[in-house]
Amino acid sequence: MAAVKETIDQVKGIDLDKYKYGFVTNIGSEKAPKGLNTDIVRYISAKKDEPEWMLEWRLDAYERWLTMEEPDWAKVNYPKIDFNDLYYYSEPKSDSDGPKSLDEVDPELLRTYEKLGIPIKEQAVLAGVQGARVAVDLVFDSVSVVTTFKAELAKAGVIFCPMSEAVREHPELIRKYLGSVVPKSDNFYAALNSAVFSDGSFVYIPPGVRCPMELSTYFRINEPNTGQFERTLIIADKGSFVSYLEGCTAPMRDENQLHAAVVELITHEDAEIKYSTVQNWYPGDSEGKGGIFNFVTKRGDCRGDNSKISWTQVETGSAITWKYPSCILRGDNSRGEFYSIAISNGRQQIDSGTKMIHLGKNTSSRIISKGISAGKSSNTYRGLVSAHRKATGARNFTQCDSLLIGDQCSAHTVPYIEANTPSAQFEHEATTSKISDDQLFYCTSRGLGEEEAVALIVNGFCKEVLQKLPMEFAVEAQSLVGISLEGSVG
Amino acid sequence: MSSDFLNIENLVVEVAGKPIINGLNLTMAPGEVHAIMGPNGSGKSTLSYALAGRNGYEVTGGSVTFLGRDLTQMSPDERAAAGVFLAFQYPIEIPGVATMTFLKEAINAQRRARGLDDLPTPQFMRLVREKAKALKVSDDMLKRPLNVGFSGGEKKRNEILQMALLEPRLGVLDETDSGLDIDALKVVAEGVNSLRAADRSFLVITHYQRLLDHIVPDFVHVMAGGRIVRSGDKSLALELEREGYAEFETGMGQSAA
Ligand SMILES: Nc1ncnc2c1ncn2[C@@H]1O[C@H](COP(=O)(O)OP(=O)(O)OP(=O)(O)O)[C@@H](O)[C@H]1O
Ligand SMILES: [Mg+2]
Repeated sequence: MAAVKETIDQVKGIDLDKYKYGFVTNIGSEKAPKGLNTDIVRYISAKKDEPEWMLEWRLDAYERWLTMEEPDWAKVNYPKIDFNDLYYYSEPKSDSDGPKSLDEVDPELLRTYEKLGIPIKEQAVLAGVQGARVAVDLVFDSVSVVTTFKAELAKAGVIFCPMSEAVREHPELIRKYLGSVVPKSDNFYAALNSAVFSDGSFVYIPPGVRCPMELSTYFRINEPNTGQFERTLIIADKGSFVSYLEGCTAPMRDENQLHAAVVELITHEDAEIKYSTVQNWYPGDSEGKGGIFNFVTKRGDCRGDNSKISWTQVETGSAITWKYPSCILRGDNSRGEFYSIAISNGRQQIDSGTKMIHLGKNTSSRIISKGISAGKSSNTYRGLVSAHRKATGARNFTQCDSLLIGDQCSAHTVPYIEANTPSAQFEHEATTSKISDDQLFYCTSRGLGEEEAVALIVNGFCKEVLQKLPMEFAVEAQSLVGISLEGSVG
Repeated sequence: MSSDFLNIENLVVEVAGKPIINGLNLTMAPGEVHAIMGPNGSGKSTLSYALAGRNGYEVTGGSVTFLGRDLTQMSPDERAAAGVFLAFQYPIEIPGVATMTFLKEAINAQRRARGLDDLPTPQFMRLVREKAKALKVSDDMLKRPLNVGFSGGEKKRNEILQMALLEPRLGVLDETDSGLDIDALKVVAEGVNSLRAADRSFLVITHYQRLLDHIVPDFVHVMAGGRIVRSGDKSLALELEREGYAEFETGMGQSAA
């Protein structure tokens, strides 16, 4: 496995702090005034040149949000967020006319993504060694700056564009699907997002089409004191397939930054969506200063029979993570999967897991969660598996493994199970282990450095999940595992 | 007598605040095989861990010089890169990490420490296959997670395979023969013998003369109470086999007091 070598190379490449994506892009920005009120909602809607119905939808969400309380059941502690002390909209100055083709994008922005190692030049990607092609949507603060391979995707009938564009160009799809999986008032952060969401990606795969390439979105928060509220909507029509990946980074800043996204997935009959995330928002420094507050609602609806949604996540960043990618298994024989690696180090706090809601007949779900805690972090798996009265033959398998590094971190597993049909078969297995001194000594006595040894052991621990990532990203994720745990031993 | 290969002088090693090695002296020249025998609890494994640099095995007195360097100041991985290899008495399991992967990481880590490039994968594969075949380590074992579910004998063969691939200057074998059936013992001994070279030495810890029939030592030492209490040639092992350690019991009593 080249992972360890790459990990080490990358670790060596890091200058002062561990987070290598912590640089700031110096580019002018245009922001909405600070704070949140109906004027801000109107400002965002106007910026995006939205139709009246979209504004109404946002205003309705805002009204609902005002009546809601911040949830406090998760095992995370953070200072109260002053929602009026934030910017809700920021766009890089040169980009006020919305996304363009690659050659028109501000070179400073492109350099940012190059520095992040993201393949954006279509020719460069085409010339890639493995011939792997990935279409990318780049979201910088509140704006999508460029989407690649659009023309080629259009030939296959695939729509892949920024959300703001979809609202203007494909209103029939947006009106039909937006909020149909995560309703506006689903929860506090989802309501907030519904009111002020800025950009994100929209994907529609027509019936019978297998999307000809990986789709991916890279989110970058650059501006200080600015929240990012992206919205992603993916629809896989009958018999179609798409694999989608999102990646996220942010500069190192001393203050916390809010990120509250909503992702909705819909699969019709016989369709499949594979959604992968490599989340590497700035986690804050080792003392817990700064970092992203990541409050995310992700949910997939297996609407059609025999459809399938699979979530794979590698969560290494953010100061606070509050995130439960879920599946509603509505169609008969539909299947939901959740594969997760959640790594916490320093003072990071993760409360993450999934919900598998079995509604249709003979539905099945599988949950594999690998939590790794190091430093003084806290790592909680929270999951719900439920079967409706009519969900005869529902099956679930859950495996939750926690690995502790050091003795100042903690891991918790909170599984809820609700089976309302006697025919449901739910299995749950959980383990907690530590990287032992014996294992470390064994590896180091063979010549591996201590951090190489930890990276190797941890990669072994979460191999099952790493294997679920698209090939092109598996290597990146493996190295990330090593980097995130730098400084966790010795 | 001193050597610029390995020189252990008056070594004291404490574990959990308790001295286990009590002023041990041992000198090895390149190309030699030394056997260490001695009763249970006499400190043989402790000596091997101290040489490999295990945490918690604190050198509180004396010195260990290996190829002109002060071994006690080096981390385990530095010692490995300098050519020290320990075949564990109880090899450790690492779930999820394929044996093949581990071997590759280990080889390349040491190569990098010596300023060499990583071994190209095809070359590495050829090398592993060749060495594995000689030690009767199956392809299936190479694919399985390191030591997980390996039988006692498989674990020991895997240790020798690692040694064969890493080509250390000093191989410390801690009871590599225990748990081996007669055939496996021969395979392992042949593996070790094929590694014997003018610039490579072995410290072979064992309870049984049987192993020394195959790996013929230049010197045999008896360890008791944390020090070497007697040294001789290979005939000493035969004598011990006949007469046991009774002669050294008092010695042990004294040093433990
Ligand atoms: N971690 C430890 N804490 C306390 N005592 C220890 C520890 N490790 C070793 N010892 C003690 O040190 C002594 C020497 O142990 P060691 O394992 O070196 O013996 P050995 O000669 O290898 O024995 P055997 O032939 O049974 O393998 C024993 O009395 C043992 O109990
Ligand atoms: Mg022993």
